[in-house]
Amino acid sequence: MINKTVPDVQEACRGVKDGMTFMLGGFGLSGIPENTIAELVRLNVKEVTCISNNAGVDEFGLGLLLQKKQIRKMISSYVGENAEFERQMLSGELEVELIPQGTLAQRCRAAQSGIPAFYTPAGYGTEVAQDKESRAFNGKMHLLEYAFNADFAFVKAWKGDAAGNLIFKGSARNFNPNMCGAAKITVAEVEELVPVGSFDPNQIHIPGIFIQRIFQGNNYEKRIEQLTVRKRI
Amino acid sequence: MALSKEQIAQRIAKEVKDGYYVNLGIGIPTLVANFVRKDIEVDFQSENGVLGMGPFPFEGDEDPDLINAGKQTITALPGASFFDSAMSFSMIRGQHIDLTILGAMEVSQNGDIANWKIPGKMVKGMGGAMDLVASAENIIVAMMHTNRAGDSKLLKKCSLPLTGVNCVKKIVSNLAVLEIVNNSFHLLERAPGVSIEEIKKATEGNLIIEGDIPEIKF
Repeated sequence: MINKTVPDVQEACRGVKDGMTFMLGGFGLSGIPENTIAELVRLNVKEVTCISNNAGVDEFGLGLLLQKKQIRKMISSYVGENAEFERQMLSGELEVELIPQGTLAQRCRAAQSGIPAFYTPAGYGTEVAQDKESRAFNGKMHLLEYAFNADFAFVKAWKGDAAGNLIFKGSARNFNPNMCGAAKITVAEVEELVPVGSFDPNQIHIPGIFIQRIFQGNNYEKRIEQLTVRKRI
Repeated sequence: MALSKEQIAQRIAKEVKDGYYVNLGIGIPTLVANFVRKDIEVDFQSENGVLGMGPFPFEGDEDPDLINAGKQTITALPGASFFDSAMSFSMIRGQHIDLTILGAMEVSQNGDIANWKIPGKMVKGMGGAMDLVASAENIIVAMMHTNRAGDSKLLKKCSLPLTGVNCVKKIVSNLAVLEIVNNSFHLLERAPGVSIEEIKKATEGNLIIEGDIPEIKF
């Protein structure tokens, strides 16, 4: 098996430069690559474009990069939980491209799978459709959307093996599998890195071929954004 | 009396039928799950990758790896499944979801909906709403009939940036249940004690009133 393991997050982020485009997995704060985000803050890369469904919260996730004004442009579907984001966007400091969530997922999938563009009905007749080609299929209008073109994809999985095979947990899966192999280099951080052969091949969600670097993450905070519970009876 | 948010959710729950896969938006729609009849089988889909969503966890059982689209901690029922975002939207765009319930800031008489942006003031993003409204056959909107200033949110034409066009079929507001047919709002039911006159006053778009309009029953 080809070994994809790198010793630490520093090695995993080797080659990251100012002005690059990054994909980052996660939905809200669930399933975000926490170790990698901390390293991107430490490296202080600037003028980056981030493709991520959300922009974190003020004090965590991509919010940390926003606070240090490292992000030039965000491509997201929903940014409602971040006051600093809203401030930078409304003041014009931050360029923002808001796109439908399913279109975001499919543009990742397209990049992953060698499909340059596709048609979707989402956004037809709205400002999302501005400057986009449209076409009718079966009497219904659709927009032409393009595959993303990113330098790095940073994903987080629950478990991974040295070959780069990944298994995700619960709704922390979200965009992570769709971003694997959707950029020039895919970096996976995992809560538990296991030796090759530990997984039942039937249970693997993403085969290692899509991953270039994998490392054992640590100190996961896994913040909960909205704690909702019911009383025990 | 105008309906409370809970009552709007309770009335919408009557539209949820046995065997439905249902997607609930954030806000009032989320409350609908609390009022669905217990003797029918309904599966709730959450666009972040859960089918078979259950109630909130008991205190201490919450899991940061198990949330809904509103980022709230949830549980998964027996028979539930987890999947990635692309597959989630295959369910949505591929019309495998039977009923979509979402909130709105404005709806127009031809079924256009606006719910994601107020230029210069509030930009939260569309999330999955544009995918949902572009593909769903059966969309119910939960909304307030007027804004705080008393201006109608059921309009001839939306003033806010659109989320989708010609897609809303039914509205449950705090004042009434309405259907959109032939470029008009058709009044089906009214909130208990709310007069036809009040609804007329609160509706800017074409309002069709035919025969006796019954009060909403729960």
